[in-house]
Amino acid sequence: MTDQATMNLVSFEDAVSRYDPLIGLETHVELGTLTKMFCGCPARFGGEPNSLVCPVCLGLPGSLPVTNRMAIEYTMKIGLALNCTIADTARFARKNYFYPDMPKDYQISQYDEPLCTDGWLDITVHDPAAGDEPRPFRVEIERVHLEEDTGKSMHVGSTGRIHGAEYSLVDYNRAGIPLVEIVTKPVAGTGALAPEVARTYVAELRDLLRALGVSDVRMEEGSLRCDVNTSLAPRGASAWGTRTETKNVNSLRSVARAVRSEIQRQAALLDAGQRVVQETRHFNEETGTTSPGRSKEEAQDYRYFPEPDLVPVAPSRDWVESVRAQLPELPGARRARLQREWGLSELDMAALRNAGALDLVAETIAAGATPADARKWWLSELLRTANKSGAELGDLPITPADVARVAQLVDSGVVNDRLAREVIEGVLAGEGTPDEVVTGRGLVVVSDDTALTAAVDEAIAAHPDVAEKIRSGKVAAAGALVGAVMKATGGKADASRVRELILGRLS
Amino acid sequence: MDDETRPGEAMPAPDRAGRDRASELTRMTAAELAAAIAGGQVSALEVTDAHLGRIDAADGQLHAFLHVAADSARAAARAVDERRAAGDVLGPLAGVPLALKDVFTTTDMPTTCASRILGRWRPPYDATVTRRLRQAGVVLLGKTNMDEFAMGSSTENSAFGPSRNPWDLARVPGGSSGGSSAAVAGFEAPLGIGTDTGGSIRQPAAVCGIVGVKPTYGGSSRYGVIAFASSLDTPGPLARTVLDAALLHEAISGHDPCDSTSVDAPVPPVVAAARQADVSGLRIGVVPELSGEGYQPGVLARFNEAVELLESLGAKIVEVSCPHFSYALPAYYLIAPSECSSNLARFDGMRYGLRAGDDGTHSAEEVMSLTRAAGFGPEVKRRIMLGTYALSSGYYDAYYGKAQQVRTLITRDFEAAFEQVDVLISPTTPTTAFPIGERADDPMAMYLADLCTIPSNLAGNAALSLPCGLAPEDGLPVGLQIMAPVLADDRVYRVAAAVEAALTQRRGGPLLDAIRGPAGLPAPVLPTTARASGHGGSSA
Repeated sequence: MTDQATMNLVSFEDAVSRYDPLIGLETHVELGTLTKMFCGCPARFGGEPNSLVCPVCLGLPGSLPVTNRMAIEYTMKIGLALNCTIADTARFARKNYFYPDMPKDYQISQYDEPLCTDGWLDITVHDPAAGDEPRPFRVEIERVHLEEDTGKSMHVGSTGRIHGAEYSLVDYNRAGIPLVEIVTKPVAGTGALAPEVARTYVAELRDLLRALGVSDVRMEEGSLRCDVNTSLAPRGASAWGTRTETKNVNSLRSVARAVRSEIQRQAALLDAGQRVVQETRHFNEETGTTSPGRSKEEAQDYRYFPEPDLVPVAPSRDWVESVRAQLPELPGARRARLQREWGLSELDMAALRNAGALDLVAETIAAGATPADARKWWLSELLRTANKSGAELGDLPITPADVARVAQLVDSGVVNDRLAREVIEGVLAGEGTPDEVVTGRGLVVVSDDTALTAAVDEAIAAHPDVAEKIRSGKVAAAGALVGAVMKATGGKADASRVRELILGRLS
Repeated sequence: MDDETRPGEAMPAPDRAGRDRASELTRMTAAELAAAIAGGQVSALEVTDAHLGRIDAADGQLHAFLHVAADSARAAARAVDERRAAGDVLGPLAGVPLALKDVFTTTDMPTTCASRILGRWRPPYDATVTRRLRQAGVVLLGKTNMDEFAMGSSTENSAFGPSRNPWDLARVPGGSSGGSSAAVAGFEAPLGIGTDTGGSIRQPAAVCGIVGVKPTYGGSSRYGVIAFASSLDTPGPLARTVLDAALLHEAISGHDPCDSTSVDAPVPPVVAAARQADVSGLRIGVVPELSGEGYQPGVLARFNEAVELLESLGAKIVEVSCPHFSYALPAYYLIAPSECSSNLARFDGMRYGLRAGDDGTHSAEEVMSLTRAAGFGPEVKRRIMLGTYALSSGYYDAYYGKAQQVRTLITRDFEAAFEQVDVLISPTTPTTAFPIGERADDPMAMYLADLCTIPSNLAGNAALSLPCGLAPEDGLPVGLQIMAPVLADDRVYRVAAAVEAALTQRRGGPLLDAIRGPAGLPAPVLPTTARASGHGGSSA
């Protein structure tokens, strides 16, 4: 109602010119441990509904949880990579609320004694208002804690929610999968960059988690889920505004859109003298807007108390240090190193990252290509193909070794750029390795003088005026004859040799 | 109450003359039975049949069992006989029958917690205690009555009606493990298993005149024990002798990787301690806070005699004050309900057990609410509400938080006391068994039954109740409580065995021989036909 009415009244640019946004992010990550958080069931995605369950993750009477050591270690890895302090003693707590997909009607989580606290993640966003100038932000991390995931409800009926459902089905396969929650402190001072800061933070976090090998971080499958808190305060005001929490934000693009839309909606409310209601809102992927969920002001009391079925987690300092020692090179440091090694610009690197091509380029270089070639092939030909089919670069049926081989074929003069594109096309079409495609399609450049000389003579005969210009010293005109020879040879001629032959004949 | 049951009428012990072989078998201790079975003097099947016969004869009045598993009990007994025939070395309790409290999950029997809310639920897994008992060759006769979800001190909170005290059928057998205590005291089984959250093993043992032990918290696994209060619940043995209790204690104890709160340490040498039976040189502390006003005179008289007896046996008696014990009861009635309010949330009609209101007109939330309203009894509802309130935002610090601080102070009282003495002693209960119905409408009066037992639950230390005579004014058993430090469970057995030996000698026989009453019950006979499993309660 008022939501929709006020929606388009304030443009984003107008909103951020008069209000300071404050954002905060709560990110849930399903850990890729072999087994669930508190039992021995496989922590796998999918499977027949209710096939990956046991008395413990079903919360059957009498069953008891036992903490998964690997999940603790993974959480510490995340905490350490985010520069957090690892607690001497952390404790699980029960978060009590009734819901059919919660086997015990309480969730084992961490409350006032989380495993990791007080860290940060550095990110860089590019400010379009300042010529894509890189702007660093330090996003401070309040806590990283561990909990168990719930089951999955499917509400059958018109609403798709539990209210108004004809019936509901519950799959407990997901129940008990270890879930890490990473909570930022409020991020101030982002201004118009707020949506981009939120998006970049989640992207950076995703890369970090992937590098740590603790999760498959697939947002579309829900193994990385994001809640975005947004509030506005009039520019220069000292007090923060009332925040909303937007859930169901399931892609990087949606993170930015959710922040943007909340900023506009809240600005419109404030402009109209209304107040922002502290509530949970749902993000709608289709409209790009949010709609109200449960109101936090009448939210239930979770009655947290220490989980009496579990002893506190007390990681020894030796354990913490051995986990720290095992940390891989983190994405920020790696990017800085690669940029240096490859001699690419900040913007080139940003483009590679946004395309998800960083690892592919690194592997292509490792397979023998030059950084410039690797960058060129992945960002041009292959990115176009991926975008056309809506696939990820990494999902294309071509390996970095294939790409490196194509670059090598060009380098050694076996094919030219135009033929190389055809080679790639052939590899993507499943015609085999680059060499097999070259053979299969007969794509080898013709540089044999006998074959070329005939074509050159034909071209000279067919274009006497051009030949005359060249004879009189206008060497640049040779291009037209080269083009004619290329055309006659189906693009397979070695263009530089053709040029030499033409100039030789007409000198 | 049954029309035939008059106050004062007791459940006669099986004929002691020994003319009937079956009644002789039901009078034997677990240690004697195991030895006889291992030695081939009697088959495990015959022993099981004798006890099934006694249940047949007596349980109509005692109502100790919610479910009798005659067929599977006989099968388990036969398996022991076969193993013996094959030359296997049998364990110290192989072939001995046992009454299992209906709070432990069993795959082959219903598990109800004496509540309607579990409906016809059949657990798909055995509790660790159940599993260990089966592995030890113990024969599970069936599941015993209890207060619903172990909340109570009389079994009157059972959804399936109270059990009765073999000493006086008009009185309660204690609770919550009252079914197991009635079965053991009524010679239906030589051994029983209970759980002790605030005294639920020791108090029923005391008022039924048998031995009951709360091991150190974490000494016996809670896996498969349907939780009442997780930080307090402790499975433990009930038996007619200290040695039998020790044998059973040892059989169910030991680290369990399925229970995070299970202690990863060697089981204290309780059987050796029960055989040692020597208190000379031990320092024994009497807790003044656990006696005096409000205690039945006969209880105090028998307790004081026990103190004198211990002194005469060579123990050094001192008084040790534990000033915070007076706050144990209120702290307990915040902590236990808080945990239970969360533990019992899962009974919502969504996955198993009772479901009410599922007629297509109610939402999931309403079905949950209707199910819980229909399935829980009044005491369970009272405690869920108490606990929900105590954990609520804004009240947590004042109630749950404060109670946890008291808990710490009580633990410190014990620690300080055990620096001065080896064990502490007190009466187990302020009174002897009370009449059925007397306290049913007065929760506070009911809660006082656990006054002396609760401190050891809050601190997690070991404690045992041993019969120390009959109160002169009502002729009912009095319990002596012996408390030892965490993981020093062997000490309570050592002291109890010494007292038991001296008292038995003084009396000239076991205390339970004193059960006298009109011969209102049929004499136990050997059943000649296999009975279908299922007996009493609604779970048949």
